Amino acid sequence: MRLFTKPLLSSYSSDSTGALEGFYYDNKIVKAFIIVTVIFGIVGMLVGLTAALQLIWPVANMDLPYTTFGRIRPLHTNAIVFAFVGNGMFAGIYYSTQRLLKAPMFSPFLSWIHFWGWQAVILSAAISLPLGFTTSKEYAELEWPIDILITLVWVVFAINFIGTLIKRRERHMYVAIWFYIATIVTIALLHIVNSLEIPVSFFKSYSIYAGVQDALVQWWYGHNAVAFFLTTPILGLMYYFLPKAANRPVYSYKLSIIHFWSLIFLYIWAGPHHLLYTSLPDWAQSLGTVFSIMLLAPSWGGMLNGLLTLRGAWDRVSENPVLKFFVVAVTAYGMSTFEGPMLSLKNVNAISHYTDWTIAHVHIGGLGWNGFMTFGMFYYLVPKMWRTNLYSVKLANIHFWLGTLGIIFYALPLYWAGFTQSLMWKEFTKDGFLAYPNFLETVTQILPMYMTRAFGGSLYLTGTLIMAYNLLKTAGSGDFLANEYDEAPALNKKLKIGGTFHSLLERKPVAFTVLAFVAVFVGGAVEFLPTWLISANVPTIASVKPYTPLELEGRDIYIREGCNNCHSQMIRPFRSETERYGEYSKSGEFVYDHPFLWGSKRTGPDLHREGGKYPDAWHYNHMLDPTSMSPGSIMPSYPWLFDDSYNTKDMPAKINAMRTIGVPYEDGYQNDAVADMKNQAQSISNNLADSKIKVEKDKEIIALIAYLQRLGTDIKSDQTAFK
Amino acid sequence: MIKNSLASISDVAIYPIISLVIFVSFFVLLGYFVFKADKKYIKHMEELPLLED
Repeated sequence: MRLFTKPLLSSYSSDSTGALEGFYYDNKIVKAFIIVTVIFGIVGMLVGLTAALQLIWPVANMDLPYTTFGRIRPLHTNAIVFAFVGNGMFAGIYYSTQRLLKAPMFSPFLSWIHFWGWQAVILSAAISLPLGFTTSKEYAELEWPIDILITLVWVVFAINFIGTLIKRRERHMYVAIWFYIATIVTIALLHIVNSLEIPVSFFKSYSIYAGVQDALVQWWYGHNAVAFFLTTPILGLMYYFLPKAANRPVYSYKLSIIHFWSLIFLYIWAGPHHLLYTSLPDWAQSLGTVFSIMLLAPSWGGMLNGLLTLRGAWDRVSENPVLKFFVVAVTAYGMSTFEGPMLSLKNVNAISHYTDWTIAHVHIGGLGWNGFMTFGMFYYLVPKMWRTNLYSVKLANIHFWLGTLGIIFYALPLYWAGFTQSLMWKEFTKDGFLAYPNFLETVTQILPMYMTRAFGGSLYLTGTLIMAYNLLKTAGSGDFLANEYDEAPALNKKLKIGGTFHSLLERKPVAFTVLAFVAVFVGGAVEFLPTWLISANVPTIASVKPYTPLELEGRDIYIREGCNNCHSQMIRPFRSETERYGEYSKSGEFVYDHPFLWGSKRTGPDLHREGGKYPDAWHYNHMLDPTSMSPGSIMPSYPWLFDDSYNTKDMPAKINAMRTIGVPYEDGYQNDAVADMKNQAQSISNNLADSKIKVEKDKEIIALIAYLQRLGTDIKSDQTAFK
Repeated sequence: MIKNSLASISDVAIYPIISLVIFVSFFVLLGYFVFKADKKYIKHMEELPLLED
């Protein structure tokens, strides 16, 4: 069989028979992406620092809806992921792709549509998130009109990229290009599947998935957003810029091939490790764990390939700021990809989940890997494109040390905080009672660590500001080369050359793209197939009923305020949790939860069994001033809930939308929903009046209390009523 | 409960077998391609990022 007798990765043979052609690389698009990366990086970090300070001084929430932690935190994550890392990645992709393929971009017009379209997405996010328009799904918070815009912009980017592949003059696609292809294809798949939602109004939608399924889809997305937005494109950049900066080829190209295929093949399966010990079926949790452990191999293969590229050049690292940043970046990649599989072990996850350990973990990746790769790349690109030397190597070194110390001061205290708090949650007295029954005690204990974290973050931000100044001065002293001339022989596509399988692929980038899609799709499909099958198999519980209209409205307020950023609704089956919160959460309890609100971090206590725990008056006072009920609480106040009236206008549309996605509201119920809301509101208002609290029954706080008092009560009376 | 969920999928035993086959063949083929790769090709690819300067 020919396939097994010929060298498979061959076809190097000289095929450059075409006429020499001259062309220009477009540096303007790279410059534009660099500028917005630096600006949005600073903005995103400032928002992050604000959020960090809010955890120490709740007054920094400013008692304004737009600036509370619950809305600021998604603004920070979206700004860093999509505006900082996203724009930085595009700068590097536009620069390296043209040069690796010996061709300018397919269409400069599409490049600019991509640029301005992406900035429009960011601007929409920056406006809509503080306004409280959110789906609540992490890193996918943006509402449906923006989701559509993202899709369109991504398609433009894909067309432009694949067009460039087709127009290329270099027959072979370097491994960096493979990573870019995987990014483009997989992000499209993830974004579309996770964003399937049914619109209620222009600013509001409900996920078509509910409960356990929504959680699985969300973390399939969330995990792979880390994989294919924060990892694969940056690995592509590493394989291009690290050899260039070190001026030597990558340590092992063969290893990079194995790295690529095994990474994209394995990564897509690991999402369920975000849901260990939750109501997700056990087999899915185990699947996530197994694949996470296997991921260690390709991840470390890639890291070693990066670091070993510097073999024999380590002396240059001490004098070259670009290499310094790359070395720490790749090391951070190695650290977080070691930590990831460890956190996927159930016994480790039992301690780490819901704590600041996770926050420390992602910031090793975010600050170290993504940030430092971006910084190193910019210190390389700006002097090169402006044809000058870096304005100040000394300032770049200061940036390097501020950044590195920033990471250390950020991460170490949070590891400590995570451990401390988790152990306090789990500690029992010798008489068998919780040692720290008041959740707040476990929060005030770690406030010093939160302060140190904020200090680390400010060091990192200071370094970034220094970089902005340094790059600006560098550009000012140089002469920008907008269009860089190069020449290469035209590609003779008809020429038949040696090799079979892989050479065929490399002659056909579209076929390559399809194969990369298949590699990620296999993982997704095998994971989803049983998920869709279990849709009929999530054990339903007879006593679980849809939310009343007022509770549904309260739930939408809960989502709007981003309560899920600090409060989970998922009690794990540990004695320490059932003692503290009550009966552990069952999958059947979430069948009407569009979207699911399990959360991923407990800055405050779990709320799944909150219903009936306190009287209405407690919630009323607590939302107005949390410290009045819990002295020392770091939760912000929500005064606007007491002034604003809840929305009744959209309620019929909400009932209809929920019915469309499977919630069993009776036909025609949308016409009675508003009347039911008012009745239930009246009874809560009466309850509050009994506690000498006068409040109009149409205020948002009433709806929120209705929701909080409903939480987890369905099975309290009848816990075993399985259908 | 979970056991029932899985058991209710018809012929569920085939899934792990398919998975194993896909996995082993994927990595065996990948290893084979890389092992058999043409040295000239690898050298050419390694040098691609360094060519333009």
